[in-house]
Amino acid sequence: MNDKHILKVEHLNFYYSSKQVLFDINMNIEKNMTTALIGPSGCGKTTFLRCFNRMHDLYKNNRYEGKIIYNGENILTMRDSINLRSKIGMVFQSPTPFPMSVFDNVAYGLRLNGIKNKAELTDRVENALMKAALWDEVKDRLNTTASGLSGGQQQRLVIARALAVEPDILLFDEPTSALDPIATAKIEELMVELKKITTIIVVTHNMQQAARISDFTAFFYLGKLVEMGKTDEFFTRPKNRQTENYISGRFG
Amino acid sequence: MTNLKKRKITNIFFLTISTLTAFLGLFWLVMILGDLFIQGASSINWKLFVDDFAPPGFGDGGLRPAFVGQLIIVSTAFIIGIPIGLLGGTFIAEYGRNSKTAKLISTLSDLAGSIPSIVVGTFIYAVIVRTTGHFSAFSGSLALALIMIPVMLKTTENMLNLVPWQLREAAFALGAPYYKVIFQIVYKSASVGLLTGAVLSVARIAGETAPLLFTSLNNTFFSLNITKPMASLTVTIYRYAMGPYNDWHKLAWAGSFVITVFILLATLISRFIVNRRYKN
Ligand SMILES: Nc1ncnc2c1ncn2[C@@H]1O[C@H](COP(=O)(O)OP(=O)(O)O)[C@@H](O)[C@H]1O
Ligand SMILES: [Mg+2]
Repeated sequence: MNDKHILKVEHLNFYYSSKQVLFDINMNIEKNMTTALIGPSGCGKTTFLRCFNRMHDLYKNNRYEGKIIYNGENILTMRDSINLRSKIGMVFQSPTPFPMSVFDNVAYGLRLNGIKNKAELTDRVENALMKAALWDEVKDRLNTTASGLSGGQQQRLVIARALAVEPDILLFDEPTSALDPIATAKIEELMVELKKITTIIVVTHNMQQAARISDFTAFFYLGKLVEMGKTDEFFTRPKNRQTENYISGRFG
Repeated sequence: MTNLKKRKITNIFFLTISTLTAFLGLFWLVMILGDLFIQGASSINWKLFVDDFAPPGFGDGGLRPAFVGQLIIVSTAFIIGIPIGLLGGTFIAEYGRNSKTAKLISTLSDLAGSIPSIVVGTFIYAVIVRTTGHFSAFSGSLALALIMIPVMLKTTENMLNLVPWQLREAAFALGAPYYKVIFQIVYKSASVGLLTGAVLSVARIAGETAPLLFTSLNNTFFSLNITKPMASLTVTIYRYAMGPYNDWHKLAWAGSFVITVFILLATLISRFIVNRRYKN
């Protein structure tokens, strides 16, 4: 295994009860790079993304086959999904601020990991908010409720919350689809910045967005990985006919 | 007659009838409340709350034992009923979500909620009063708690279902175990609704007389012992209103006034909170 590959997906199948949704996916994810997952609605992008932090465990009758290797271990058979989730964070489609203050939101994951020291908490919360480019906007209102922030601010707050526990990998599921263009631009800018400190996998239905922010792009169709490559080559010289049709807007 | 004319006449007919019945209902409500306020408010004075019952003919007693008793019986019911309703509702909406067990409990609870309160009273009489051999305030609280549980359970279930799943998932995604997600995220999101449920449950039982008649019964003396019979406001009102003395009738009016105002306020407050919270 090449050590620039932080994640290695091997022969991954996924089933909702008896319905198979992912078919024999093989893929390597490079460290400190952004990988975009694109494809028509319902092709399995979200399902795939949720395998990395074992979100599917929350619901009965979901089943994985194959491997996702991370630090030499198969994520899909790991005992400790709690520790896994502090290493692999997730940001959802619409902002999910918790019903508590800005500070407590960002400190949530830290407290889960047993950090109680006030000074350390304050330090790491500030640090995370800086990294999420939100510090200047909220530094005077850390103790007010998070639901008062704008949608774009809430999404950056959620990113700060995920960053606070210093994850190796961040999963984004269409993180800007609920935001206006200005807030979207800010999040995209932030994601480009974040590559320095973490590895990003992002689902997007917006090909321009994939082209703007990602280093690698993977095209999914009907639960299969059709093609994956360096983003600039992927969009200019796709190897597969289906990919070409999709990125030129002929279907999906 | 043309079809259109026919429909117009039918329309006017039903409009008139429904308006009239609405006014009739409103009329009685105003009459009852009006009577209560005139008779009740005029009988209210501070002695009502500090004096104990006076023997008939000795005039001028108060209702202190009944007020205190009511408070003790209802509080005990609250302490028993609210946590059970809350946990039951939590099981249905969270741990047992979509399971057959959860649906069964939800349905049974709905059924239990429609049992007449006097039946709940006789049930507790048979199970507790008969086996312990005496009436007690605690058995009254148990009867009231049984009536509260379905109300609190249903409200909890509904309020927790309003909390978006993605919010729970966001907490899971940070590594939170389910109980922390429930206590720190879900309950907090639903706090206003849950509080309203608790207030509504109290309003539901505060005016109950029937379930107390066979359980906490009554006590002509001031008592704080929940293992013994205890006076309650509702049973006292019942006893005084049925009694032959004028003084007693005045006290019954005063007691009715206080309890009605209490329940009206509780209902209004919870309505107000809900409207303010869920308007947008
Ligand atoms: N909880 C579920 N149970 C059953 N089928 C599901 C569930 N979630 C998604 N699916 C199905 O799995 C397929 C992939 O869905 P999804 O991963 O959400 O696609 P995408 O994110 O690419 O739009 C779709 O056909 C969808 O209907
Ligand atoms: Mg999706």
